Amino acid sequence: MRLAEYRYRTVTAVRGPLLFLARVFAARIGEVVTIIAPDGRRIDGEVLKIDGDLVVVQVFGDTVGLDTDRTEVRFTDVVKLAPLGLGCLGRIFDGSFRPRDGLPMFTPERWQPVSGAPFNPVARAHPEEFIETGVSAIDGLNTLVKGQKLPVFTCAGLPARELTEQLLRQARLPAGGPFVLVFVALGLTHFEYQHYARTLAELTGEYVAFVNLADEPVIERLLAPRLGLTVAEELAFAGGLDVLVIIADMANYCDALREVATAREELPGRRGYPGHMYSDLASLYERAGRLRDRRGSVTLLPVVTMPEDDITHPIPDLTGYITEGQLVLSRQLHQLGIFPPIDVLPSLSRLMNHGIGEAHTRADHRDLAGRLYRAYAKGRELRRLEAVVGRDGLLEDDRRMLDFATRFEQAFVHQGAARRTIAETLDLGARLLAEFGQGPPC
Amino acid sequence: MSGQVISISGATVRIDLPGLKVGDRVLVGVQRLPGEVVRLHGAQAIVQVFEENRGLGVGEPVRDGGGPLKVVLGPGLLGQVFDGLQRPLPELRRLDGAFMRRGSDPFPLDLARRWTFRPGLAAGAAVAPGDLLGTVREGHLDHPIFARESGEVAWLAAGELPLAAPVARLAGGGELPLWQAWPVRRPRPSRGKQVPARPLVTGQRALDLLFPLFKGGVAIIPGGFGTGKTVLEQSIAKYADVDVVVYVGCGERGNEMAGLLDEFASLEDPRSGRPLMERTIVVANTSNMPVAARESSIFTAVSMAEYYRDLGLDVLFLADSLSRWAEALREISAALEEMPGEDGYPTYLGSKLAAFIERAGVVETAAGGTGSLSMILAVSPPGADFSEPVTQACLRVAGAFYQLDTRLAHRRHFPAINWTQSYSQHADPAAVCFDGDHPGWGEQRRRLRELLQREDELREVAEVVGMEGLQERDRLLMRTAERLRLEFLCQNSFTADAYSAPAATLQRLAAILVEHDRIGAALDSGLTYSEALAREVCDAPR
Ligand SMILES: Nc1ncnc2c1ncn2[C@@H]1O[C@H](COP(=O)(O)OP(=O)(O)OP(=O)(O)O)[C@@H](O)[C@H]1O
Ligand SMILES: [Mg+2]
Repeated sequence: MRLAEYRYRTVTAVRGPLLFLARVFAARIGEVVTIIAPDGRRIDGEVLKIDGDLVVVQVFGDTVGLDTDRTEVRFTDVVKLAPLGLGCLGRIFDGSFRPRDGLPMFTPERWQPVSGAPFNPVARAHPEEFIETGVSAIDGLNTLVKGQKLPVFTCAGLPARELTEQLLRQARLPAGGPFVLVFVALGLTHFEYQHYARTLAELTGEYVAFVNLADEPVIERLLAPRLGLTVAEELAFAGGLDVLVIIADMANYCDALREVATAREELPGRRGYPGHMYSDLASLYERAGRLRDRRGSVTLLPVVTMPEDDITHPIPDLTGYITEGQLVLSRQLHQLGIFPPIDVLPSLSRLMNHGIGEAHTRADHRDLAGRLYRAYAKGRELRRLEAVVGRDGLLEDDRRMLDFATRFEQAFVHQGAARRTIAETLDLGARLLAEFGQGPPC
Repeated sequence: MSGQVISISGATVRIDLPGLKVGDRVLVGVQRLPGEVVRLHGAQAIVQVFEENRGLGVGEPVRDGGGPLKVVLGPGLLGQVFDGLQRPLPELRRLDGAFMRRGSDPFPLDLARRWTFRPGLAAGAAVAPGDLLGTVREGHLDHPIFARESGEVAWLAAGELPLAAPVARLAGGGELPLWQAWPVRRPRPSRGKQVPARPLVTGQRALDLLFPLFKGGVAIIPGGFGTGKTVLEQSIAKYADVDVVVYVGCGERGNEMAGLLDEFASLEDPRSGRPLMERTIVVANTSNMPVAARESSIFTAVSMAEYYRDLGLDVLFLADSLSRWAEALREISAALEEMPGEDGYPTYLGSKLAAFIERAGVVETAAGGTGSLSMILAVSPPGADFSEPVTQACLRVAGAFYQLDTRLAHRRHFPAINWTQSYSQHADPAAVCFDGDHPGWGEQRRRLRELLQREDELREVAEVVGMEGLQERDRLLMRTAERLRLEFLCQNSFTADAYSAPAATLQRLAAILVEHDRIGAALDSGLTYSEALAREVCDAPR
């Protein structure tokens, strides 16, 4: 441990979000630095790379106005830490953990590294407690459980925000208790954020928000989710609370990652995203979970906009490889006026199996979900056939399945702003199946 | 000897410690983070650090870790859960708590654990490497202890002894321990490879019937996200007819590992009636654990698998996912600023992968027995595009290809094995073996394949003329093919159907085909399709 702060005016180059320094003594990887611009502005940074006495620093802020003569860099000898404590509840911070709600900073009870530490896999408890979101397409067919990470895959222009807000308002634990919400906004427009802010203000439960807007420093987008998750872990595993983390929009995180990688002259991978993006995203998403010997949980619902509506784009693709399923929004359903426009066919909650049934929801849940899914899938498949051979070219039974698919979309998936309990959802599903002669086999 | 850290870029650290060899273990920094030498440059070495190294500074000391990276092999591996460096995770949890903090480095096996040794020879006997000294009981099996040096046995233990104690002493004074250390990257030798000839029963109908594998063979399971690789690997891990299973969670989800551990602790091995975990070794290096340890995890795991193979056992090695290993290799290669090949993977990806996969096979063991090591490896192609380098490199060396299909998965057809694209080089000879035990196997298999193929052709016709436009015979075929898909090829891993013994597999197939034949005969006798079907549904007992 070095005892003093070290100050340098040895910046040799500034490139994108990176600062290059020479003649630095004993820097540490990940060490936090404070950069003092010639105009007195202070920006935080982090040591990315050290080669002898040459150091590369990633700047969490705008590098405009930095120079090579007068810019001063102070090395602090510590890695990036997040201030923690119950004082953060009900507060809104920026992407560097500064208050943006006009109130003074709270007094931290302790500090933790923002990168967190991986769970020991044998210490994890397998997620299996049902969360009632009040949305039929989720609760009935893609059930969310405590400790799961389940992204919403959306396309530009689809109402992902409206769905997210609905989840923020409605999500309930089995015992009826509310969640503590951690909301992380990454690169959102002011317009979108205003809506979210209103929802946050109306919440009855506790929340903490980290907000980075579209015109704020790109690099803070790499930091904000880590701050949010560090706070979430603390509330969950030290405080014993159930925490729901919503991050919107992770596509902006990935773009920030690409920007830094390019500035570092890393070899670009698919679509220019760095080869380590899988590991990097995993270092965030894997922080969701539960522990065997402790109360509390972190459940993660990231929103991911699929560039060009393409689910094979590296951003949704790598996300899908890490998360425990996905909720996919559909442009077609949206155009039909269905809200939420969740396409249940490509959607999947991989942990659903463990969170439903007698002990969690209802004994007939698994069977109902299976039959609803199969009937709808069949109807959707027949729609393609109908497009070719016409409705009259179809068998009588098949025409009925076609009608079922339409009815399912309009009555079950579509629900507007209403909240449905799990019992209402399951009853509705059973009624629809019975209507179309798809009742339980005798 | 000690040196110091000169530069740090991610997990790659340059040090100035002389006298190292590539592959040597070093301890980096005041926190003594373990690392492996990956390259030498004059007196400097480039080291890949196996732990999160945030906070590591240049100028910090570096120590020689005493030779290459090793695994510890001996009784007590079964039932254990390790990380990619073979650290026992339950012990690490006891020492460090729920999170993987840096520092603790417990011995992989419990040295104090007591084993009952039954001598297999008497003092005074002359032994050579590979000779049996005796056995200890490990779970469901007699674990043979072999001599690894030549000499005359002066003293031999009998009864209970701790793992740390010697099991025999040679006349020259040398001691033979119960355990040994083995360099992870070096394949364990055998007396030679044999031709695989015994089928590996997986309990998966689609695999056992259509694409069976021999023990000692290698299959890859490529598939996009959510197509069922993990569920398939875990099902096979539960039910395969082998003695030992080594399961590596390589760069995948922590919750999946927790689920597997819960399940394996509570399930019984159908063959021995003992807890499933007793025949299983788990290596868990989840996606958020350090990348360098992820790279080494498959070597750690395969060395343990080879060890049990060398005891004359049938071992199954399952890795989920090999792509994450390849990506770790790519990250390391990029940090070393190596010239990238296709998609950024190092140009040696193919050869490294081939050398790894070649560790599978049936061997004559040093003791003269036969052991097998089979591999079933998940591959995660970006965008489910199978032309990518990792899938292609695997295809060149793996004998079986179980392609998982995103379209089938979206239809909830699980396991989503594409029956037209998948293959196994062992399929035909293995089917002959099955046919020997289950007469009719080969014939029914032929009919299944034919029906599925006909369905494909007819489907194209139906897309033009509609189902109403098909001939009655063809409508029957479409109906049977649908039943084959839904009731035979589909197998839900979360129900009692998760395991299907070969006899049950054949029976289920035969029942569907018999019904097909009956309705066919009714059509021949002049009934219409709906009449024939109605009669079947009313009369025939299902
Ligand atoms: N044999 C099966 N029986 C029933 N359900 C299955 C089966 N295989 C897969 N599934 C369903 O598909 C989901 C995804 O499967 P799985 O986790 O094995 O996918 P994967 O290919 O490993 O995906 P990833 O590459 O993202 O890890 C499971 O959670 C389960 O809901
Ligand atoms: Mg998987």
